[in-house]
Amino acid sequence: MSVTAQPASRGPLFAGHSKLSDRIGEPLLRVLTGLAALAGVGVLVWIAYTVFNQASPAISRFGFGFLGTSAWDPVHLRFGAVDFIFGTLESSVLALLISAPMSVAIAVFLTELAPRVARRPTQILVELLAAIPSVILGLWGIIVLGPFLNNTLEPALNGAFGWIPLFSGSASPYGMLSAAIILTIMTVPIVSSITREIFDTTPSEFKEGAYALGATRWEMVRMVVIPYAGPGIVGAVILGLGRALGEAIAVTQVIGNTAGIHASLFPPSGTLAAQIASEYQGATSNLQVASLVYLAAILLVITVIANAAARLIVSRVTAGREQWAP
Amino acid sequence: MGAVSPETSPLLAVAPRDRRRRVVNRIMEVVASIAALAAVALLLLVIGSVVVKGISALSFSFITQNPAPFGQPGGGIANSIVGTAELVGIASLIAIPIGILIGIYTAEFAPSWIGNSVRFSLDILNGVPTIVTGVFIFGLLVVGSQQSGWAGSVALAIVMLPIVARSAQEVLALVPRSLHEAALALGLKRWRVVLRIVIPTAAGGLVTGAVLGIARVAGETAPLLFTSSVFSNLGITTSPSQALPNIPVTIFTLSESPSPTDHARAWAAALILIFMVLVLNIVARTFHDRSRRRLRG
Repeated sequence: MSVTAQPASRGPLFAGHSKLSDRIGEPLLRVLTGLAALAGVGVLVWIAYTVFNQASPAISRFGFGFLGTSAWDPVHLRFGAVDFIFGTLESSVLALLISAPMSVAIAVFLTELAPRVARRPTQILVELLAAIPSVILGLWGIIVLGPFLNNTLEPALNGAFGWIPLFSGSASPYGMLSAAIILTIMTVPIVSSITREIFDTTPSEFKEGAYALGATRWEMVRMVVIPYAGPGIVGAVILGLGRALGEAIAVTQVIGNTAGIHASLFPPSGTLAAQIASEYQGATSNLQVASLVYLAAILLVITVIANAAARLIVSRVTAGREQWAP
Repeated sequence: MGAVSPETSPLLAVAPRDRRRRVVNRIMEVVASIAALAAVALLLLVIGSVVVKGISALSFSFITQNPAPFGQPGGGIANSIVGTAELVGIASLIAIPIGILIGIYTAEFAPSWIGNSVRFSLDILNGVPTIVTGVFIFGLLVVGSQQSGWAGSVALAIVMLPIVARSAQEVLALVPRSLHEAALALGLKRWRVVLRIVIPTAAGGLVTGAVLGIARVAGETAPLLFTSSVFSNLGITTSPSQALPNIPVTIFTLSESPSPTDHARAWAAALILIFMVLVLNIVARTFHDRSRRRLRG
């Protein structure tokens, strides 16, 4: 790389630049950008360190037993996370059970069915769903969705399927079902847009091959597009799961924020993120604050694992796909 | 593979099964279309609710006046609009330059394994729940001090950083290698190539990332809940060393109140917020499409 020869004539791009500025500018930009990258990576470590550090009073008091204890009693200072871990997993898994198939269907519509002119606008509309601030979705959940669940949907579900424990008990405007529906709305745009991107990488030769063999459109999708995208869809769903697990505001607005594990979807419950959001400010003791931060630490670990797994899967699936086309 | 007989291959099946296949195909097409329609309908339902319920409480004075003292009717959210602008402004000043620098680093200087690790870390950072970011900044800047606009802005900047940086990385990677090589062959140093050629070429895409980042954090509540949510007065606060009232926290507080007038105010504030966020998103997407088309040629 060492270039000692001077350019024979200096073009307009070189006018007025001395070699001194190169000697300062070149390493300066290198160092500045390198430091920025270091900061981007470092902040992740810093977050983990600070959260675990702030949680240490609760960690040393309760140990790992916290993870398996069902208790949230700020008066007698007995705290445990299992109710909220369960609520977090239940609300997110329920949401993805609805949003994953829906997202795959949307991706099929966008890549195979929609008329070409309608594709981009429909895609933008679906993705705009992700742009709605969660506090507004929560407001909608409190005022529009909650009463609908309480007066219409939950009594109807109870009437038809009341013998299933999930739909037993009396209706409530705040609860697990409401949270799951809000999280469904939040995850559909994420999962569907990633799934669509992966579907788009299906080589058209494969599709044409299936059509040439006489496959219908659905058979082509089932036998070519979906298997080809296979693990990528799993990755997209886990990414959506990561989002659902960590959502605090909208869930805290609609779930009712109580500890306890219920068989039914109707009564108020709690999640890790929602519990932190609802109690952090009103916390009355240092141990309660530390316990809430312990919840944050658990949430951080869960979401980092989910996101890391999803990213690795998605990047492995999409890697090299663009080059494939002959 | 062997010979394919009409009896064993579903693809070559004849009459009765054929009809069933066509029916299944039709059903699946309808299901997929309904799913897409449902997602669009949900968007319109939520936005429609906000518009219908918000517009009746929205007025000129709602935007220009500060909240009325407790128990009195009227008043607006001028203080929150100013506060949100300030919080998002400071967050942008932190996150946009750092994000673009990260993009330049991975596109121009980093060996590929470092670039990949940085990309991966940013994706993980993007997945950190924003409530955890709030707890982090609370522990870092609020404990032992007090809530402040600075703390809120830094929390928002952390949420914004991976969005800006990832989109910068992607758009910078699209700048044609031939432009690079031509400039380097002319004897230009790398930093000049970056400042004179790469950044101007990718400018549209960089703006897109920045605007998307702004749109995302303008509506964030969770990072502000512990960092900028308790306000000393109802007036406009400009000093970031105090907690800054802001639209998302205002909506959150009003939505938790049992009073219908508070709910009406929450809807009106939501209408202002959703309008801002949607406009920013549409602007970003238009920019995005246009710059991609230009870069791809």
